[in-house]
Amino acid sequence: MALVEIENLSVEFPTQGGIMRAVDGVSLRLEEGEVLGVVGESGSGKSVTMLALMGLIPFPGRVRADKLAFNGRDLLTISDKERRQITGKDVAMIFQEPTTSLNPSFTVGFQLTETLRLHEGMDRKAAERRAVELLGQVGIPSPESRLSAYPHQMSGGMNQRVMIAMAIACNPKLLIADEPTTALDVTIQAQILDLLISLQKERNMGLVMITHNMGVVADTAQRVMVMYAGQIMEERSAVDLFASPQHPYTAALLAALPERSEGGRLATIPGVVPGLYDRPKGCLFSPRCAYATEHSRNVRPDLRAWAGGHIRCHYPLGDPNRNAEIQHDHPVGTEAAS
Amino acid sequence: MLRFILTRVSLIIPTFLGITLLAFFLIRLVPGDPIETLAGERGIDPARLEELRKVYGFDQPILVQYGIYLSRVLQGDLGKSMITQEPVLSEFSALFPATIELATCAILFALLLGLPAGIIAAIKRNSIFDHGVMGISLAGYSMPIFWWGLILILLFSVQFDLTPVSGRIDVLYYIEPITGFLLIDTLLSDEPEAFWSAVRHLILPTIVLGTVPLAVIARMTRSAMLEVLGEDYIRTAKAKGLSRFRIVALHALRNALIPVVTVIGLQIGVLFTGAILTETIFSWPGVGKWLIDAIFRRDYPVLQGGALLLGVVVMSVNLLVDLAYGLINPRIRHTR
Repeated sequence: MALVEIENLSVEFPTQGGIMRAVDGVSLRLEEGEVLGVVGESGSGKSVTMLALMGLIPFPGRVRADKLAFNGRDLLTISDKERRQITGKDVAMIFQEPTTSLNPSFTVGFQLTETLRLHEGMDRKAAERRAVELLGQVGIPSPESRLSAYPHQMSGGMNQRVMIAMAIACNPKLLIADEPTTALDVTIQAQILDLLISLQKERNMGLVMITHNMGVVADTAQRVMVMYAGQIMEERSAVDLFASPQHPYTAALLAALPERSEGGRLATIPGVVPGLYDRPKGCLFSPRCAYATEHSRNVRPDLRAWAGGHIRCHYPLGDPNRNAEIQHDHPVGTEAAS
Repeated sequence: MLRFILTRVSLIIPTFLGITLLAFFLIRLVPGDPIETLAGERGIDPARLEELRKVYGFDQPILVQYGIYLSRVLQGDLGKSMITQEPVLSEFSALFPATIELATCAILFALLLGLPAGIIAAIKRNSIFDHGVMGISLAGYSMPIFWWGLILILLFSVQFDLTPVSGRIDVLYYIEPITGFLLIDTLLSDEPEAFWSAVRHLILPTIVLGTVPLAVIARMTRSAMLEVLGEDYIRTAKAKGLSRFRIVALHALRNALIPVVTVIGLQIGVLFTGAILTETIFSWPGVGKWLIDAIFRRDYPVLQGGALLLGVVVMSVNLLVDLAYGLINPRIRHTR
């Protein structure tokens, strides 16, 4: 049994200008103890997908799925109360901005013991002992004295450690980290990533690492899911994906990494993620794709099994026949036309 | 924290001087000589008038008068009422409990209704309840107090005979003033019905005086709550699996109360201003009515002293509110 099973998940937000589809037909399986990297630009739906799994989609967002299950429990049918017993206990989440994600009016100790008392039924004394232990585990010096500290008295890195301590307090089976290092200094980023990975190994918990930083994924994830405009574009093992990206979007993202640059000007992807009004009819990436054709601009590709994973592209980079197919389908992209 | 208190206290001195200046000169801008007003319709012998003006010091240049007044105030002497010849301070302290009683009931009324209304309106944003509460509170905020008071009297006292028209208690009862607060004194007395009489007398003035603070508190609570509910830490609280009630009543409310407490502090001043009108409408024997009477009688010492004492009370309450602000907001507490 997989830890997480998501089939055909869609999240929509009604707006003044129509329905905004933040997540569009995402399917995903995650095994116990697996580390999944979810990559994509801002607005690609990577956070929203995970918020839907947590049940944290804000009003008036609508969540629809053929299946949304965690640890064998169907999240679509259980009551709010049952769901709250899972949320924060078996599946926990940490966020991008540690300082605003902690309540400024309560001490670190209060916020940490609250989870323990709720889910583990500990009394105040026991919860405080455990909280000190947890703060020690996430590398906070003199944890006893930190219990009475307020979030504004600590640095962003320390606050993120507190968030992590809170998230792992009840030994979750899955930890979702939503850009956990984006708001932190570069030196602190590496420390937090190391901490997350070592905690994951120690406890053999599932870890979903949401990021727009390919480098972070390369260091941590076993499997990578590349999202674009609410859809999965490519989903394969990290080793394969970095060695031979199959989707032109993945390839373009990797080419834009400074550490992969071969000198000269750094590659960029022209254009922006489609919005509410300019959602393409065909492949969502086709307006920015160097290999777009008349066919790909009009027919949306399905997610299909490819090269040990899944891909949503008419012309995967590893397909030996792709040049012929592109020529046959009337190329319009910059690369293919030349 | 100590520095915070000292800074606040030091601000009281210029404010105090400002009040003495305003009270002293504004009342002298009102036409009508106090001695002539005192003498009444039949007039007064010019020689006697001059003599009395000398007694009260009105023959001196106005700046000298102010200097004398200020030096007396600094020595704790607020003067005597020109009408009753009672010391201003003792008149004030005899009447002030009535005003405090009314103001306390009014602010409690405003808090007990305004906080829950604002919270529920925020949670049920854009619902009928939300629009209803916001509409009513806008109406309440715009309502002229004297008109609102008269309407309530006409409706509940005259039409339905549910509440008394005016006063603090039925004339049947004589309650020995122990604390000055009738709700307490009647409980201490051996007449249990007197307490309910005092309560019935309080209802309408409380509603009238509490309406504006109620509207302000409800609107402020709603907007503060709405802002807080969108914060990241509320999402964190949800991600912890906390119940909806705990999230709203603890995590959100604690933060939403910070701006609301500031507004409550500002409402204390509004409350005393409103008390002057409310007490006049309901013939409530408090300092508000006392001050209005003093204006009509050109009772300079009472007006000056009363305004000064009320000003000191408002400043002290605001100071307390600022300290409470530090208590509920740790970010203030830890900045020096």
